[in-house]
Amino acid sequence: MGPGPSTDSTVSPSILPIVLADGLTKDYGKLRVVDRISFALAPGECCGILGPNGAGKTTTLKMLVGHVPATSGELQVLGYSIPNEARAMRARIGIVPQQDNLDPDFTVVENLRVYARYFGLSRSEIDKRTPRLLDFTALQDKANSRISQLSGGMKRRLSIARALLNGPELLILDEPTTGLDPQIRQAIWQLLRQLRREGLTIVLTTHYMDEAERLCGRIILMDRGRILADQNPQALVRDRIEAHVLEVHGSDCESWHRSASLSPEIRCERAGESFFYYGENLEALVQSLDEWTGVQYNYRSTNLEDVFLKLTGRELRDG
Amino acid sequence: MVRPWDRWVAVWRRNALVWRKSARTALLGGFAEPLFYLFALGYGLGGFIGQVQGISYIGFLAAGILSTSAMNAATFEGLYLAYTRMEVLKTWDAILSAPLGIVDVVMGEVLWMGTKSLISGGLILSVAAVMGLVGGWQAFGVLPVVFLAGVCFGSLALVVTSFARSYDFFVYYITLVVTPMVLLSGVFFPFSALPESIRLGSACLPLYHVVEVIRPLVAGQFSSAVAWHLVVPAGYAATATAVAVWRFNYRLLR
Repeated sequence: MGPGPSTDSTVSPSILPIVLADGLTKDYGKLRVVDRISFALAPGECCGILGPNGAGKTTTLKMLVGHVPATSGELQVLGYSIPNEARAMRARIGIVPQQDNLDPDFTVVENLRVYARYFGLSRSEIDKRTPRLLDFTALQDKANSRISQLSGGMKRRLSIARALLNGPELLILDEPTTGLDPQIRQAIWQLLRQLRREGLTIVLTTHYMDEAERLCGRIILMDRGRILADQNPQALVRDRIEAHVLEVHGSDCESWHRSASLSPEIRCERAGESFFYYGENLEALVQSLDEWTGVQYNYRSTNLEDVFLKLTGRELRDG
Repeated sequence: MVRPWDRWVAVWRRNALVWRKSARTALLGGFAEPLFYLFALGYGLGGFIGQVQGISYIGFLAAGILSTSAMNAATFEGLYLAYTRMEVLKTWDAILSAPLGIVDVVMGEVLWMGTKSLISGGLILSVAAVMGLVGGWQAFGVLPVVFLAGVCFGSLALVVTSFARSYDFFVYYITLVVTPMVLLSGVFFPFSALPESIRLGSACLPLYHVVEVIRPLVAGQFSSAVAWHLVVPAGYAATATAVAVWRFNYRLLR
């Protein structure tokens, strides 16, 4: 005997997840690029997909927007089944590509107008939204400039403005600040933080730790197509790595390393000419360095980058 | 949700707006050049040839040049400009980030290519009319035919583009397909002058059939008996458009 309709009505209506991925897999021939990943994204979350080159970040994003069909697994975005209903879903999301694909033949305003037409927006609606978006992205003075007259940062901001034209419920950004100056990156972060405060759900990929740490309330760390960790950045650092790290380098570091008395709790890694010691408390080890003049060191709390290196390894990725 | 036709028009409109920005230069290339050929060959050779199939040589040639330049307009658009939009500017990626799919991109592009042929063919027809080379009101019938020709040659060019890895690739199509087709489709001289085997080959390609319809229309001697020629470019257009959709799906969304 199953539960009657009255029992059903007592179940509190759960919030519909923005993204629901279950066992999502992508194979290219024999190569598995994304390997059975599962995650759910709640409204208002800002989620960073972090990982080295070839981790499967961009492929995951392409599956989310319906540009790449999954080999197996289930995927829903805003309740739409992807890729079958991807076009309808894309009417309600914004996409900022890794490489700007603005129309160089058009001015800033023309770019927005032409793009808005793809969403079926009327001219009056377009004219209402455009000044607001130019204002938000600080491009008011550039409204009639050609794209070739814009700096890299302005182009990026215009790409974001374009992605917001349809009033999206989910914003997807593929490496939003790769290749930009530090000042420009700060400005982009400010825009994204503002959108986050307004409650927009955001998914972005990045390989910058600082970007992930500053922007995202949640980090999905990927490597070789798998999810290695899925937590908020502070918890990730707290749970996945020792509290402190001592980095030692210099001409004498090898002989110091041999002389040092390392307790078994201390984890040592070597990368090229440097030694890394991880532990909860390394004060004694730091003090033993004082009499060594041919050794430089840096003693600090561990951060997201240390977690990243611990979980994904130190070898070079050229993929 | 936006209806299919509106989505195709949005893509068409984007191309039309870009074209309008550089229309003067675009017209010079697509319009002035065929007219130079028409004048030079029409008057130069026309003096030796006299009449062909009952009309002056320049009148005979006008219909051929009109068909060829309509074809060239769509072919150039479908090869070089479409490749630029796909690979260099990534315009298609931007469109596919909106609620449009590959079918919408291909349909919008193909309709635009038909429009390019219409512009080119319409202008040459106007000049021919001013020169007194047009036989009558039936010449208005040229316009839908050049639009169809543009859709046909534009979609064929898109299929070629779907295989291209660089601009160099287009040389094969132009040299091995387009040029022989222009020379052997009755553009410059009557088709009947060619040996039987070549005529059979040309009859398998769309340009000959386009010329066969456009020539009587320009001369004002159109009879519905030649209308069946349109089946060939229409068949090519439908097939090539479907193949282009399939190919770009494979190439861009995998």
